[in-house]
Amino acid sequence: MKSELKVKAIEKGTVIDHIQASNLYKIMSIIEIEKLDTQIFIGNNLDSQKYGKKAIIKIADKFPSMEDVNKIALIDPNAVINIIRDYQVVEKKKVELPETVSTFIKCINPKCITNHEKVETKFSVHVKDGKVNLKCFYCEKTTGQDNIEVIR
Amino acid sequence: MKNKSLVSINDYKKEDYFKILDLAEEFQKNPKQRLLENHVIASLFFEPSTRTRLSFETAIQRLGGKVIGFSEASNSSVSKGESLKDTILTVSRYADLIVMRHPVEGSARYASVVSDKPIINAGDGSNQHPTQCLLDLYSIRKTQGTLENINLFLVGDLKYGRTVHSLLMAMSEFNPVFNFVSPPTLKMPQEYKDFLDEKGIKYYEHDDINENIKHADIIYVTRVQRERFSDPMEYEKVKNSYVIKNKMLEGTKENLRILHPLPRVNEIDTDVDANPKAYYFEQAENGVYTRMALMCKILGVK
Repeated sequence: MKSELKVKAIEKGTVIDHIQASNLYKIMSIIEIEKLDTQIFIGNNLDSQKYGKKAIIKIADKFPSMEDVNKIALIDPNAVINIIRDYQVVEKKKVELPETVSTFIKCINPKCITNHEKVETKFSVHVKDGKVNLKCFYCEKTTGQDNIEVIR
Repeated sequence: MKNKSLVSINDYKKEDYFKILDLAEEFQKNPKQRLLENHVIASLFFEPSTRTRLSFETAIQRLGGKVIGFSEASNSSVSKGESLKDTILTVSRYADLIVMRHPVEGSARYASVVSDKPIINAGDGSNQHPTQCLLDLYSIRKTQGTLENINLFLVGDLKYGRTVHSLLMAMSEFNPVFNFVSPPTLKMPQEYKDFLDEKGIKYYEHDDINENIKHADIIYVTRVQRERFSDPMEYEKVKNSYVIKNKMLEGTKENLRILHPLPRVNEIDTDVDANPKAYYFEQAENGVYTRMALMCKILGVK
């Protein structure tokens, strides 16, 4: 018997599931959730066998681009993206780390040119000890996963 | 190498560096070659650096080239609020090559993206200073006859000193042994030690200058800066532990040479200057030949 849904089901759209609870707000930020105009349901601190506490985001009527999927990977490589049509999961996308990321993440180095002039940021993506490290194309300093900040 | 900017020491391949060092040697034998007579080179110093600027400008003058530029940002349109991008876009329409020093990290890389003329990074904050590294390589090869299997002592501020980091990366191609001598708070950062571990290169860490220097081929000394210490007491305690004195050099190898990127404050006692193992002023002179060679290669005149 299926247990009761903690977060309302959507007819069609995207469900981002298996988000580690502590990553929820960063993910909301990175996908710029405030710019979406359709129904959104968010659950946090739900029970999860994997993490103890997980979060879920359900976005009606919107389907993510690969770029969106990759953005999520930077914050939570274990998140799963489900595409929903007619209340059913029709596709599961596993998030994958891109080789480079541009424009939307801030370089942590306050002395970096990207924090001084209007220069779009650009990083190469590296993984060390299971954590994402972003190496700035300009100042060559590393922004670690825990310090990723989205440019608004 | 023609038209290729040099922003970071990793931009060029090992073979490129050898070509530059070989040409630098040629210039040392015969510095009067007016190869840049028809060239204008911009020397943009957004922060003052007397030594590096004079070295570059000497190199340009010796080759018969013309220099335009400024020696600090207050003498330039930057003081009127012009962006780096606009300065570079403008100057790249005047000059054939741009040499730049800027306090903001990544500024030279950005300039190389914006400019259609090649950029030589003469220092971008604490990030990169590749021509210093080139002249260090030149000085090591010149004094040791090779870059291979050198026992290299790095002394002083190994945490913030960008010259020691670049030199470590560059020398790692040549099977060296590294000895790190620094105050505990200014040790070689872990990422560089990881890099050496990965490459299987041996290194040893020391808290003070001890009898181990008898094995050294090169002692590379950098300044321990007072402002790196949050506790001034701590600075006072360590400042004299990292001073090379002439007496310490007794019993060291014949081929040992002492290098320093300069300016020196007190980390090499002046009583070392007369010792034939002192090489820092020749090292500064080598910077001119190395920069001559680099500019000729980038401009494709040699």
